[in-house]
Amino acid sequence: MSMIEARGPVEHLDRGPRSKDEIAAAVAAAIPPGSYVNLGIGQPTTVGDFLTPESGVVLHTENGMLNMGPAARPDLLDPDLINAGKIPVTELPGASYFHHADSFAMMRGGHLDVCVLGAFQVSEGGDLANWHTGAPGAIPAVGGAMDLAIGAKSVFVMMTLFAKDGSAKLVPRCTYPLTGLGCVDRVYTDYATIMITGDGAVVTETFGASVAELQDRVEVTLRAPSQASSGG
Amino acid sequence: MRTFITDDPDAAVAEIADGSTVLIGGFGMAGMPVTLIDALIRQGARDLTVVNNNAGNGDTGLAALLAAGRVRKMICSFPRQSDSYVFDGLYRAGKIELELVPQGNLAERMRAAGAGVGAFYSPTGVGTPLAEGKEQRTIGGRDYVLEYPIKGDVALIGAYVGDRMGNLVYRKTARNFGPVMATAAALTIAEVKRVVEIGEIDPEVVVTPGIFVDRILNLNADGREG
Repeated sequence: MSMIEARGPVEHLDRGPRSKDEIAAAVAAAIPPGSYVNLGIGQPTTVGDFLTPESGVVLHTENGMLNMGPAARPDLLDPDLINAGKIPVTELPGASYFHHADSFAMMRGGHLDVCVLGAFQVSEGGDLANWHTGAPGAIPAVGGAMDLAIGAKSVFVMMTLFAKDGSAKLVPRCTYPLTGLGCVDRVYTDYATIMITGDGAVVTETFGASVAELQDRVEVTLRAPSQASSGG
Repeated sequence: MRTFITDDPDAAVAEIADGSTVLIGGFGMAGMPVTLIDALIRQGARDLTVVNNNAGNGDTGLAALLAAGRVRKMICSFPRQSDSYVFDGLYRAGKIELELVPQGNLAERMRAAGAGVGAFYSPTGVGTPLAEGKEQRTIGGRDYVLEYPIKGDVALIGAYVGDRMGNLVYRKTARNFGPVMATAAALTIAEVKRVVEIGEIDPEVVVTPGIFVDRILNLNADGREG
C-alpha cells in the first residue's frame, strides 16, 4: 500500500456503499502479484473472478491443490476435481496435488501469502469470529478456518460492515466464538476499507458515508491514516 | 506383511469389530471409498467412531453408514453442509456424538499417529472454544495447544491405481486425506479403480508406499472399466 500522508481517509461520498462484486474486486486488486492465495468458501471465492492471469497469483485450495483454475463448465465436471466448497473446478498448467497434511502445513507453516475469509465479527485487535454463531441448535462446523486464520501471512476479511440488525461487525471484542486471535490484517466492507494495525482500526477509504457518519454507528474508534504511525 | 489383493468387498472388511475407530477417506464425495463403506454396512459392525472431514453427503457412502445407525461418534471438521441431512437429524435427536476438530489439526493428528509422534503443539485453535481444557504452551513467543494423535483401528480409503505391492497413486483432489489415513490405522484397506502389475507404477510417482496398505479392493477385477 502506498502511504497516505496526513490527509486522512479517502471518502467517496458521491456514490453508495460497495456491492459484493466491488468488494471482491477491491480485495483482488490488493493482492500482491505472484502471491499464493487461499480464498475461503462463499463470498471470498468470488475474488478469483477478479484476478487476472497477469497477476501471477496462484490459488491454493485446502483439499490439496495449487494453481486451481476457475469453476468447471457444466459439461466438463470431474468429481475428483473440486474446491473447498466442493464445487467442481479446473486445473491450470503448473498445478500440483498433495495430501491434506501437506496442504495444512502450507497454511500453518506460513507459506501462504494471503487468505481471504468472511466474518461474523472482527475485533479492533484483529480477532476473528467466523465459524459459529453459538446459537442453540446450530451445528458447529469449523473446516479449515482456524488453520487459515492463524497460518496465512496476511488475512483479509470481506464482510458487510453492519449486520442485518444494524449492529456493527467491527467490534471492540467479539461476542461470537472466536476463530483466531489477533490474526486479521485488513477488512474490506461495503462502507469502508479498514486496516487493523498496532494503533487500532485505520480507515483508508469509505463509500457512501463519511468516517464521521460511520463512527456514529461503530463503537470501535475509527482512526485516520495520519493518526496512526506508518508501517502498517 | 505384504498387501492382500481382493475383488470381494465383503472379504476386505470381514473382521472389523464393533467399537472400532474407522478412518474414512474423502473430502465430500471425492475420494470416498463408497464400495468399502457399503460392505461395512452389510458386515454390520456397530458402535463405531468414524473420522472423516465431513459427516456424510446425501444418502450414499458415509451418510448411508450413519443412516444405518452404526456410528456412535463422528470426529470431523465440517459436519454441516447443504446435503448433510442424515447427520443433522441424528445430531439434533441426540443419537450421535460430535468431536469437532479444525481441519489441519485433524490431518496432523492422524499424521502424528502414523509417524509415531506422541503429541504435538499446534497454533491452530488457540484462544477459541476448540482449545478449551487443552494444555497450552508458549514457544518462541507464540502460543500453542497440545494435540494428541488420532489412531484408527481401520482406515478405509479410495485411491486411483494400486499395484500388487500395495503402492497407491491417487487422482486429483480425491487424494485429500487418503495418504495420511493410510499411515494412521492398524489395518488399511484401499479401494482402487484398477490394480496393475508390479513395475507398472513408476516408483518416482508412488504416493502411498505399499508398506502402509494391508488390503486392496480391486474395483475392476474383471477388466470392464477403464
